[in-house]
Amino acid sequence: MNFSEVFKLSSLLCKFSPDGKYLASCAQYRLVVRDANTLQVLQLYTCLDQIQHAEWSADSRFILCAMYRRGLVQVWSLEQPEWHCRIDEGSAGLVASCWSPDGRHILNTTEFHLRITVWSLCTKSVSYIKYPKACQQGISFTRDGRYLALAERRDCKDHVSIFVCSDWQLLRHFDTETQDLAGIEWAPNGCVLAVWDTCLEYKVLLYSLDGRLLSAYCAYEWSLGVKSVAWSPSSQFLAVGSYDGKVRILNHVTWKMITEFGHPATVTNPRIVVYKEAEKNPQLALGRLAFPPPRAAACTASSTESKYEIASVPVSLQTLKPIADRANPKVGIGALAFSPDNYFLATRNDSVPNAVWIWDIQKLKLFVVLEQLSPVRSFQWDPQQPRLAICTGGNKVYLWSPAGCVSVQVPGEGDFQVLSLCWHFSGDSLALLSKDHFCLCFLETEERAGTAFGRPGDHT
Amino acid sequence: MGEWMTVTDPHLSSESKNICQYTSETKMSPSSLYSQQVLCSSIPLSKNVHSFFSAFCTEENIEQSISYLDQELTTFGFPSLYEESKGKDTKRELNIVAVLNCMNELLVLQRKNLLAQENVETQNLKLGSDMDHLQNCYAKLKEQLETSRREMIGLQERDRQLQCKNRNLHQLLKNEKDEVQKLQNIIASRATQYNHDMKRKEREYNKLKERLHQLVMNKKDKKIAMEVLNYVGRADGKRGSWRTGKTEARNEDEMYKILLNDYEYRQKQILMENAELKKVLQQMKKEMISLLSPQKQKPRERADDSTGTVISDAEEDAGELSRESMWDLSCETVREQLTNSIRKQWRILKSHVEKLDNQVSKVHLEGFNDEDVISRQDHEQETEKLELEIQQCKEMIKTQQQLLQQQLATACDDDTTSLLRDCYLLEEKERLKEEWSLFKEQKKNFEKERRSFTEAAIRLGLERKAFEEERASWLKQQFLNMTTFDHQNSENMKLFSAFSGSSDRDSLTVHSRPRQKKPHGVSNGSLVCASKLTKSLPASPSTSDFCQTRSCASEHSSISVLNITPEETKPNQVGGEGTSQKWSMASGPASQEGCYSGCSLTHTNSHVEKDDLP
Repeated sequence: MNFSEVFKLSSLLCKFSPDGKYLASCAQYRLVVRDANTLQVLQLYTCLDQIQHAEWSADSRFILCAMYRRGLVQVWSLEQPEWHCRIDEGSAGLVASCWSPDGRHILNTTEFHLRITVWSLCTKSVSYIKYPKACQQGISFTRDGRYLALAERRDCKDHVSIFVCSDWQLLRHFDTETQDLAGIEWAPNGCVLAVWDTCLEYKVLLYSLDGRLLSAYCAYEWSLGVKSVAWSPSSQFLAVGSYDGKVRILNHVTWKMITEFGHPATVTNPRIVVYKEAEKNPQLALGRLAFPPPRAAACTASSTESKYEIASVPVSLQTLKPIADRANPKVGIGALAFSPDNYFLATRNDSVPNAVWIWDIQKLKLFVVLEQLSPVRSFQWDPQQPRLAICTGGNKVYLWSPAGCVSVQVPGEGDFQVLSLCWHFSGDSLALLSKDHFCLCFLETEERAGTAFGRPGDHT
Repeated sequence: MGEWMTVTDPHLSSESKNICQYTSETKMSPSSLYSQQVLCSSIPLSKNVHSFFSAFCTEENIEQSISYLDQELTTFGFPSLYEESKGKDTKRELNIVAVLNCMNELLVLQRKNLLAQENVETQNLKLGSDMDHLQNCYAKLKEQLETSRREMIGLQERDRQLQCKNRNLHQLLKNEKDEVQKLQNIIASRATQYNHDMKRKEREYNKLKERLHQLVMNKKDKKIAMEVLNYVGRADGKRGSWRTGKTEARNEDEMYKILLNDYEYRQKQILMENAELKKVLQQMKKEMISLLSPQKQKPRERADDSTGTVISDAEEDAGELSRESMWDLSCETVREQLTNSIRKQWRILKSHVEKLDNQVSKVHLEGFNDEDVISRQDHEQETEKLELEIQQCKEMIKTQQQLLQQQLATACDDDTTSLLRDCYLLEEKERLKEEWSLFKEQKKNFEKERRSFTEAAIRLGLERKAFEEERASWLKQQFLNMTTFDHQNSENMKLFSAFSGSSDRDSLTVHSRPRQKKPHGVSNGSLVCASKLTKSLPASPSTSDFCQTRSCASEHSSISVLNITPEETKPNQVGGEGTSQKWSMASGPASQEGCYSGCSLTHTNSHVEKDDLP
């Protein structure tokens, strides 16, 4: 495993292009495009203000940079550096900007969710979509880029509109049986739309592409409901994480629940492997007990190396007692992701912040539990194989695969706190993002192990 | 008393005293004491009495006193003291007899009176004590009545208080209910109010949004614009098309196409899955049939056996289904046939397995009949029973625990009842504890028993092994014993064989049979031995070598095998090919005997090889 040198970064904006050739990173008002392998700077663009959002177009030819404070979007072309495009939303303001899947349209959401403006890069035409709903996840494109589902709110009722992306024509419009719709997401096959209600009510609705209600699922009533939703890459399963600390898996045939994954604080089954992160330096163990770790303690502690130990069952995981009288309590399944091959599901229970549960989807059983020393910030699956990268805000990155797991320290003199990470689509490299720096981590594959050292820009 | 004094004679007084004393002595009643006192007091006064008596009758007035007495007595109905006068003039004579009679009668009377008096006195006393007792009782009862009355009043008072309390509580409950109802109503109204407000707010918000929209968007905001250097081509390279009704229809078409594709894809997947499952079923069926086919002959022989017919049915089915065209048939028909045949096969397999199980158990039973040990089945049954019992006991304990807990829980509910019941509860607790410990002990015992059973089973296994070893050694011994005898016998045979090649074998079997009956009774695993024999034969060294070694062996250590002896003779006459035939024959009809010798054959074989090495 090799690490690149550290580059500047702001707002955690570092993205691989969809074709995997380039890496775009933002530092204040500058956008830097590098070669993903050599990390040579290919282009450098200067925006009008600090970039708050950056996104590659699907064909990797354009990058949009949004400056919400100014209501501005600037688009850059990789092939024609002199080409530029500036979209000003003016007094309407801007809160979100994204590409349409064809890479020729930009969808801008104005302030107060007044409307969504669809700007075209091909023609002068501008389309408006009124009444978009301000919610957690109100826009969803199908994976093939053909359709857009949009959550709307009209006359105090939730609606979903399905647009054809090629000409922005409304295909279907229907109201949903939700109190206060919170999110929508297409199944990867683009035929089923999952709609879930606000956390006050457990309700998951499944609509067909033509607007028919396929099924409605409600696990329980009178308690906080859905917190996170994820489709399996095969569209076969819909995993619904809720505030009761359980993940429910729905199947695509009957849309009924197949199984329920509870996240108990103690693991008793001896078949489950529990990897426990342990510090190699035992003297500093006391400094880690404080929770959340104070920054100073984290700094000193992060310099120590850590390793995984296999804990013998029964293992009791560190749990947080949620504060009941505050909004957004730290309970429930906050994050869940299927591995690209459908075999595993990784989840995080917010009341057990240090642990990542990995479930075997073939056997529908808990497979592995990883317990970190500090709360898990994020995790992401390798797009090519069942390999999970985890970061906890420390200077280490953790990798799990069915063969085992490792804890790798990010080298470098300064303290590098990994707050987020993203995989290259080939799974060969991994971008590690800290507050104002990023670096690349190249993972050795067998055939590349020999050449890895010869790579320019490597720094280990 | 005065009367008594007057009545009694002076000379009677001493007697009466005696009587009194006598009575006082016999019955120490208070009245007699009293009379004794009187008597005692009268003793010092006797002189006076005497003087008084003397005053009544003196020398001078005898006559008068007699007449007076007579008069008195006659008035009381006694006969006259005087003799019947013969004449009027004659002086009336005192009749002594009459006097004495009178006196006697008087005395008797006196005694009677005294007795009666005493009786009356005792009765009086008795009655007095009875009276006392009754009075006591009466007083007590009165007291009781008083206390109960007081108690009743107290209870009534308490009842009244409780009723009062109850009424209050009812009132409170009602109030609370009302409160709850009110709160619920409030909540509901608040919710509706909230929803209404929300809606209103949202509407206002929408209005505001609309207004804002108008304000922001409608006026020609120069700022809202896009500056592009030049427009780029579409990703697909085509030009954008105008929106028409056609495009709408096309979009619809495409959508349905996508949906259809998805459904088709899913259907295909399902079909594939189905086909695979069918394949698995088919394979399973085939395997079952092949598995069951070796048994086919036997059930067929038994024509009445139903399994035979079923198998033939299944075979027919298999024949039908093996045709590839069946795969393309619609699901229902194929499914029915397949499932039916599989079910049949399964039934057969099950019965077969059961039969096998029965056989095995039978063999086991036979095997263990001779030995006075518990069979495995029995052991298992016993352990099962014990386990069941343990289970029952556990359940009972659980229910009792539950009951106890329930009781405890209910005891907590009411203070007064708990107070009243506490003593019982304690008692019960004690009892339960005792029972609990008893049960625990029982459980322990059960466990101990179980352990001992398992130990016994282990021991049994060990014993069996030991037994087998013993048997082997015994067989060896036996065989060794026999070979010495056989050696001579075979020599005799050799002589015989010189005359006739085939008859010797028959005679040998005849000879050997009675000898081998005994060992056969012991060896149960005869089949294994037999197979060993047949297997070991082809692997044996070439016959000529074998014969040589055998003869060597017989010379060296006089070890020879029962069945080999004819062989030794045979190769000399017939040659190599004949031997194998012979062996098979030997193992065929007389396999039971062969087994025994087969064992020994392998044994000797090794011996021979060892001998050869140096």
